Amino acid sequence: MNTLIERSWLRADGRKGIRNTLVVAYLVECAHHVAREIQMPYRESGAHLIGFSGCYPNDYSFRMMRSLCTHPNVGGVLLLSLGCEGFNRNGLRDAIRASGRPCELLVIQNSGGTRSTIASGRERAEAILTEMASQPRGPMLTSELCVGTVCGGSDGTSGITANPGIGRAFDQLVKAGATCIFEETGELIGCEQIMAARAATPALAAELTASVEKAARYYTTMGHGSFAPGNADGGLTTQEEKSMGAYSKSGSSPISGLIKPGDVPRTGGLYLLDVVPDGEPRFGFPNINDNAEIAELIACGSHLILFATGRGSVVGSAISPVIKVCANPETYRNLPEDMDVDAGRILEGRGTLDEVGAEIVQSIESTAAGHPTASEALGHQEFVLGYKSFSPIGPSCHPTYQ
Amino acid sequence: MASDCIQLSPTDNIAVLTRSVGAEDAVRIGDATFSFPQALGLGHKIACRAIQPGEKILKYGAPIGSATQAIQVGEHVHLHNMKSDYLPTYTLEAGREFHATP
Repeated sequence: MNTLIERSWLRADGRKGIRNTLVVAYLVECAHHVAREIQMPYRESGAHLIGFSGCYPNDYSFRMMRSLCTHPNVGGVLLLSLGCEGFNRNGLRDAIRASGRPCELLVIQNSGGTRSTIASGRERAEAILTEMASQPRGPMLTSELCVGTVCGGSDGTSGITANPGIGRAFDQLVKAGATCIFEETGELIGCEQIMAARAATPALAAELTASVEKAARYYTTMGHGSFAPGNADGGLTTQEEKSMGAYSKSGSSPISGLIKPGDVPRTGGLYLLDVVPDGEPRFGFPNINDNAEIAELIACGSHLILFATGRGSVVGSAISPVIKVCANPETYRNLPEDMDVDAGRILEGRGTLDEVGAEIVQSIESTAAGHPTASEALGHQEFVLGYKSFSPIGPSCHPTYQ
Repeated sequence: MASDCIQLSPTDNIAVLTRSVGAEDAVRIGDATFSFPQALGLGHKIACRAIQPGEKILKYGAPIGSATQAIQVGEHVHLHNMKSDYLPTYTLEAGREFHATP
């Protein structure tokens, strides 16, 4: 197996990271300002701000925060609580410490208020950063890499260049033993049978189909249709054709499993992330923006994210770098500082899908080696986390894991 | 193929326009040149093989519907000569019933 990088961060739980991030996390919106003030001076030292705004506890958001704070790219964590919110702060701190990471918890109501909490928070941030600097380093194989993909700001070029280009890159990564995750079952309505045919087992095929049917019911109940008249103007004729454009990001490897937010695949392969909540629609729109999906991909272990965009999204993310694969050559020229890969060059006869796929793999390798992506260099650290509810996945969803 | 189209999978019987073309413009598809009576935008599909009525239309190597009539090489493939084969397994009513069930 080929070595991806020589100096990854070796975590106590056996996982390996491509970044060594200090996460500063607020556990309710009321602690957001204090957390941001603590984090700001250490941005250049790799401090990222994340958090959960809600006052009322929720199993999904706790699981998300635990998965994110123990992500292999995270070296240490500072938690900020107001004091009276419902979040299980001690449970989160204990889980982070059990993962072998330094973790401190400050409760504003017990720390003398805003100024003194900021002051003691900065002292603790420096202490954690010092401890993080002595984290052991060592080689990481391609087979140990986990890559997620998302599309946003799509246009007519997305399904022709960036999405199938990412699919080519995924095929190479899966062949090398890496873990690849695609998502948004709501955009796969119409190609569930095509997708099910690639499942590793018949039982998994049934789970994949059921996840898309669940998404269809969920979005239909919420009044969101899938195939709009404007799609036909753009040359798309059928529902299944439109969905194939998004689905093409998954490449052509067999599908190894179906996971939900916070589930970390135990073996390499290609996985579908089911982002649509189970049960009755309860907390509104499933994913309010692209960053909600990115956070879920990261919570499933993604070391980095491939983001296909046609109209031109500029976002990055906390914790894991985002590689922007630009589908539209005009957008690439308009927003050059925000884009990493010019997939739209295919449309101008300056490359093939295979060449773009190879360039995406190269970009992954250099990002893993520490080279900042465009959004990372610009300081983008978008993060959003809301309320959801999920039932755990069944054994047929991850057949390769015994 | 070096042309104004891209074939997304070698098994596809259609190619996708990589640029917008005007009515009666010369459009290169592989080694052949075609033209269309109307302007077509980037992303529209052109048959790169002869397609029989009822035959699956393949894009990304996957069936995205089937032909409702015979389609010649170089013909525009869209709502007028192909249809969806997708049978939704859900309806708004079924969705409401599903979510009303405890």
